Amino acid sequence: MTGAAKPVGLHALVLAILLALHFVLPDYHHGVLARVLTLATFALGYNLMFGYTGLLSLGHALFFAAGLYGLGMPMQHLGWSAEVALPFGIAFAALLATGVGALALRTQGVAFMIVTLMFAQAGFLTLLYFNEFTRGDEGFVIAQEARSLFGISLADADARYIAALILFAVAMIATLILVRSPAGRVLVAIRENEERARMLGYDVARYKLLAIVASGAMCGAAGAAYGLLFGYVGATFASVQYSILPLLWVLLGGAGTVLGPLIGTAFMTYLIDLGSGLTDAYMLLAGAALVLLTLFAPAGLLGEVRKRWAGWLP
Amino acid sequence: MTEVKKTAAGGAISRRTALKGLAAAGATGAGLGAMPGFVPYIQAQSSAPIKVGFQVHRTGIGAAYGRWYDRTTLAAADLINEMGGINGRPVEIVAEDDGTDPKRGAEVVEKFASQLGCDVGFGTLFSHVVMGSAPRAGELKLPYFVVSEGHHVASGALNRWTIQPGICDVKSQVLAMAPFVSKNLGKKATMIFPDYAFGHDHRDFFTAAMEAQGAEVIKHIAIPPTETSYSKYFPQIPRETEVLYHVMVGPGVLTFVKELGEFFGPSHPPIFGFLDSLEAVDLNSPGLEFLDGTYFWEGMPRYLQSDAPDPVKFYRDRVGVDDNGASASDPKDVSTFAHMFGCWETLFVMKKGMEAAGYQTTADRQKLIEAVEAMEEMPFGDEHPQGRKVFNGKTHQVFGPQYISKVEGGKLVVQAETTAEDSFYPDEVDYTTQSF
Repeated sequence: MTGAAKPVGLHALVLAILLALHFVLPDYHHGVLARVLTLATFALGYNLMFGYTGLLSLGHALFFAAGLYGLGMPMQHLGWSAEVALPFGIAFAALLATGVGALALRTQGVAFMIVTLMFAQAGFLTLLYFNEFTRGDEGFVIAQEARSLFGISLADADARYIAALILFAVAMIATLILVRSPAGRVLVAIRENEERARMLGYDVARYKLLAIVASGAMCGAAGAAYGLLFGYVGATFASVQYSILPLLWVLLGGAGTVLGPLIGTAFMTYLIDLGSGLTDAYMLLAGAALVLLTLFAPAGLLGEVRKRWAGWLP
Repeated sequence: MTEVKKTAAGGAISRRTALKGLAAAGATGAGLGAMPGFVPYIQAQSSAPIKVGFQVHRTGIGAAYGRWYDRTTLAAADLINEMGGINGRPVEIVAEDDGTDPKRGAEVVEKFASQLGCDVGFGTLFSHVVMGSAPRAGELKLPYFVVSEGHHVASGALNRWTIQPGICDVKSQVLAMAPFVSKNLGKKATMIFPDYAFGHDHRDFFTAAMEAQGAEVIKHIAIPPTETSYSKYFPQIPRETEVLYHVMVGPGVLTFVKELGEFFGPSHPPIFGFLDSLEAVDLNSPGLEFLDGTYFWEGMPRYLQSDAPDPVKFYRDRVGVDDNGASASDPKDVSTFAHMFGCWETLFVMKKGMEAAGYQTTADRQKLIEAVEAMEEMPFGDEHPQGRKVFNGKTHQVFGPQYISKVEGGKLVVQAETTAEDSFYPDEVDYTTQSF
């Protein structure tokens, strides 16, 4: 196999397996995987900025919520169809990411983390403040009959899974193309040594902004899809917890790997799901697993695989 | 999943066909069978237990409520089983923590319906978890009995599968309180409430209810949910305030009430609070002495009243609550008495609904909802110890008595009781017109 064939083949195989699972998974796991694919898209977006560009954000719940509310609010208050609201939600998240990026990129390191966290908190509190329209923490339900795209009801389990798979596939392929492109290699160069990238003549600020906007749009797409597929829009998704979760998913799966976010999201979801069936202290199990992984697989599950056996993994 | 739909990627092979093929080929053998969800679902047999999926807040902001919702639910289930179960079948409570989180709540509902083979979902309290979970319950056609107090069910925001037959909603509670507050405590009220949906419901409904009584709310003080110190908000209370109305939830409630006392010192206007502000908190905690003489709404009186009827005593004994509303085995473990009766009563409504519907298997879920919708009068007694109730099948919401208590000598003593009819308001939805 050539250098490009291996990664392309692997990722195509993963998509084929995910499609095959649609036909064989029992109802419960079928539903769980649909949610995992949607949230893995959120993690993919986060990974683009953190894993590939080295920008550690603590405020990505803002972009997920921007997509969620960007879709949900017009559908709820203006009667927009999902066909119009979905791209609007993504565009709104991208626009917000542009604004946040333009300001937050004036900082670096810890300051960047704090600024992004503050932006996300401001977004969260804004949702609570305008409770009259957003229904704040309680949120609102998108009516089942409104949740259809091109005549296909996304409240149907089969359609939901396929829609989540398409969303994930598009985000994964886009990530794969981006990180293997010259622009993607510049992002990695920035992550590895920002000063050197600048000295080589790259407009580092522009590339970083590109990463934030692409990341925000992807996270926004995940948020908009979540509202459409699962029918609920609520401020909880803008809380700090949902800024930490994609970081955990990416760290678990392997930062800077295309498939790592999917593995991390699925691992964490099932860890909590199976753990909660065994004990009330299931978060302790999750915490212990995270500590063990940090100790013995600091590069994450797929990161370790790449380090030990498959250096070609993108 | 009972319906096979052709999807873009599905082509001629449906999920059901593929699953059947795999089963026939024995492909779902040892490896897959090791995972719980892969165990073939078997329809409940006539002697098998009726499984009640209990969505419980064991962790997160609702944990204090969850602990007592858990105890009350288990006590009611034990009693039902002692009575012979439902349609001759025992009741099994299948509890799962939802972390008081709407995403996890939706996952738990899916687990009940698709993996654990539960007949119904039950017991959710916090509104955002109900809102996050109800769409999935509707899609999975799982009867979803919430014990939430929120106005979300009666407002029409949810679906035909979601029903609240065991606890009154905020709107009805507030409507029933306004006449007492305006006539006995003052006509110019200042409201302090949490700055999110639950608090805003109080703000909107109580303000309107006071105006209807010829009184007014002169100041709204909203406190952000992230707040940990409350003193800075109290100077906003206008001097002309005749009655102070407060409601607060979450881990900061004790701090909130203590700081309110510190702010006023020995002299304060008449105070009327919702006991949510002090649920699971000992009324005799240091710093709460100033509450003596103030009034509270209670969903059900926490302290055993001198004239308490037998069903109330019976309920308290079965749940394991002492005369002060704390655990019979640990006086420091104060209950969420004003709310948890909802679990008890909901389970008995479910029982009656299943009996009326002749419920046998999950195929009878629709009949169960229709049977509950047909209910109306729910007389006071062992099954409804909080009081007589009236159920509105159109709005899926129950209405019942509310209690106004005064703090006297460190205990809450009931001063007035409103009737179910006092809390009626015009229907905002008719779920019975919606299809299943």
